[in-house]
Amino acid sequence: MVAPGLTPSIVAATRFGIAARPGDAAAIARDPRVWVLHQLDRPAVPINGDLPKSAPMVAAMLEARQDKSADGKKQENQRLRAVYLAEIAARVNAAVQSDAPLLERLTWFWTNHFTVSCIRPVIRGFAGAFEREAIRPHVTGRFVDMLLAAERHPAMLFYLDQVISVGPNSQAGRRQNRGLNENLGREMLELHTLGVDGGYTQDDVEALARILTGWSIARLRDPEAGAFHFYPQIHEPGDKILLGKTYRWGGVEEGEAALRDLAAHPATAQHIATKLARHFIADAPPPDAVQRIARVFRDTGGDLKRVTEAVVREDAAWREAFGKVRAPEDLLVAACRVTGFVPPAPMLVANLHGLDQQSYFAPSPAGWPDKAGDWIGPESVVRRAEWCRAFTQRIPDPPDAMTLADAMFGEALPAETMQAIRAAPSRRDGLALLLASPEFQRR
Amino acid sequence: MTTRRDFLGLAAGAFAVAGLPGAVFAAMPGDRRLVVVLLRGAMDGLAAVPPIGDARYAEKRGKLALDPSSCIALDHGFALNPGLKVLLPYYQKGELLIVPATGNGYRSRSHFDAQDLMECGLVSKTRETDGWLNRVLALVQKGDKRQGLAVGGAVPLLLRGAVPVASWEPETARADDSDFLLGVVFLYQQDKLFGPAIEQGLKTKTFSNQVLGDDQPKDRGGFGPKAFAPLAAAAGKLIAAPDGPRIAALDMYGWDTHVAQGTEAGRLYENLSGLADGLDAMAQALGPAWKDTVVVAVTEFGRTVAVNGTGGTDHGTASMMFVMGGAVKGGHVQGDWPGLDRLEDDRDLRVATDSRSIIKGVLRDHLGIDANALAAKVFPDVPGLAPADRLIRT
Repeated sequence: MVAPGLTPSIVAATRFGIAARPGDAAAIARDPRVWVLHQLDRPAVPINGDLPKSAPMVAAMLEARQDKSADGKKQENQRLRAVYLAEIAARVNAAVQSDAPLLERLTWFWTNHFTVSCIRPVIRGFAGAFEREAIRPHVTGRFVDMLLAAERHPAMLFYLDQVISVGPNSQAGRRQNRGLNENLGREMLELHTLGVDGGYTQDDVEALARILTGWSIARLRDPEAGAFHFYPQIHEPGDKILLGKTYRWGGVEEGEAALRDLAAHPATAQHIATKLARHFIADAPPPDAVQRIARVFRDTGGDLKRVTEAVVREDAAWREAFGKVRAPEDLLVAACRVTGFVPPAPMLVANLHGLDQQSYFAPSPAGWPDKAGDWIGPESVVRRAEWCRAFTQRIPDPPDAMTLADAMFGEALPAETMQAIRAAPSRRDGLALLLASPEFQRR
Repeated sequence: MTTRRDFLGLAAGAFAVAGLPGAVFAAMPGDRRLVVVLLRGAMDGLAAVPPIGDARYAEKRGKLALDPSSCIALDHGFALNPGLKVLLPYYQKGELLIVPATGNGYRSRSHFDAQDLMECGLVSKTRETDGWLNRVLALVQKGDKRQGLAVGGAVPLLLRGAVPVASWEPETARADDSDFLLGVVFLYQQDKLFGPAIEQGLKTKTFSNQVLGDDQPKDRGGFGPKAFAPLAAAAGKLIAAPDGPRIAALDMYGWDTHVAQGTEAGRLYENLSGLADGLDAMAQALGPAWKDTVVVAVTEFGRTVAVNGTGGTDHGTASMMFVMGGAVKGGHVQGDWPGLDRLEDDRDLRVATDSRSIIKGVLRDHLGIDANALAAKVFPDVPGLAPADRLIRT
């Protein structure tokens, strides 16, 4: 049974998109499922703008860390702030203007799956680059390629302490009495691949950490400073046993082989399928839908285009009532898309901060939460409503709320919402009520 | 034939007033006008009218002390903040009266309570309260006519009560969020997640506002310093109209300067400029009616004498008030000065003049309300407080 009011067009625009812009309606209505699926045939969308690559940003960070003067620190902070603002503006604008909003949604999803957070200030200069370099090119590619790109990226290597992990029995380890840091190994198993119930043990965590020793960043004295670099002198010698399989003592290829095996592990397929279904379908997705998506993941060797198609093809995705809630990033971009108004970068950042989802500042390696109840509480719901009003107050030429509501929801808009918008004391308040309405807040 | 275009043109030209029924305002005795400006957030009276002649001024104010050479000297050792320079001609014409060290019976330094008491005109909130200006309306109006007007949105407590009043707000004003949030509550009724969350959220918000106080002005909306002048001009136009209201109230926010309030420039300077520009705009909009007008600007309390750790001032006791208008006998500073040697609780300027005695004086001599009615109806908690004399030209 289809939830009342839910049309395929609304599902396509909301559940698999980021709200329809005025003018999108006709294209979506022609065949909503096809409109969604065709986006997956498009090439990955690069981000416009003159944004810095990660390696030079890492090198600059390493250099700046040698300058301990207050002036140097201040300059570095100003530079990082400018880069961060530019990244956020580019990211939001790309999503606002996108004709393939599903690809933006997938980018957000996977960036969150492979969270790197500027809560560790050292990565501030290249967290945006992480998304552009490691995530965005692979959202319709192969999971294993995204996994390799994400785990080798400087942002991940710094964020999860891989750069300070040293094989205890390596040359450097014995000489300097340094040792393993298992942070990246653990999160890779728990969060990025198998999942917490994926059947690994503490021994596996340590084995993976040993396998990964040597994965680091080229130092300033080395060529390609700031890029991924394998240092054999800190790599743990000897064979390692991960999940029952022996990895012969080698070099960087030990880790690459381990990551390939993890990507192909059935628990990974199950874990990813569960997260995708929870993100796109419902907080508690139907178990058989998860199984079907997981099977496609396994059968295609983690072809993310095919896996995403499987999610889109699930009937439940077109049938379930809108039980989920737009996360703040989604809410902000959706509001920009429907109103045509994009605030300037500092305001975007302030808005996201005020709504508790400052981009690239997730609270932990587990990323932002993904269930409705995580975003809607007594305080946050009031703040979201007030934000809707504040946002509409800043729009220089606000569009007519009834016209917008009609374009977005048509007859699916409940009579109460329509009446409230009509009765609003001003055009902006009508628009604010539309943005605050459950129909717009949910997805 | 009247076309739609004619009609629209007429409406625009006739200064459309939303929510104001036409021609329902009865003329008051002598066409006298009274406007009360509520300076919400606690204006720093020591900055608005610095007592540069007080020997302890520079020492006690520290880095917030204004350079006397940057101020406009008045009499009795007081000066006008440079942000208020637009008001100097009014002072020189005798249309502006400065009353330093004013306050009322309130001493607890909570914005929320203090504003309520300033508006209901009582010493404590002991009963279901209405505003003192509404009680004034009850005394001056003849029959059931609306004479009161709230400018800027929601009707403040000052004007709420038994007598119906009109309100007007400009389309662009960012007013109180509470009506909007009530609309949202209505939309969320059927939603099992959003509905209970927002009800709980608003309960908490109200509670925390009462406790924190400081957040209150922000949550009631508020207007930047530059937004006050258009509002004040609108108020002037509305009450100048022959059949317009005669008593109006409007708010100005932004006075809660805990952080970086500045001296000859900065946040407080901007707010004072906004206030002065607004009063000037109102006077001009009133035109010939200015001679029949009194504007009283009051705030809920003053601010600490000393600067705090963040370049601002905290909640204090006495502030100051402005009485302005063509009907005012001004051009001087009136009232005692308690001095900066001995402070209330060792931190605040003490109150020398009860603001209600000034208001009583205005009500008696400008609106012609007799002293017994003032004592019994308008400020029943302080029947013995004498109305101030010689505030109004006769």
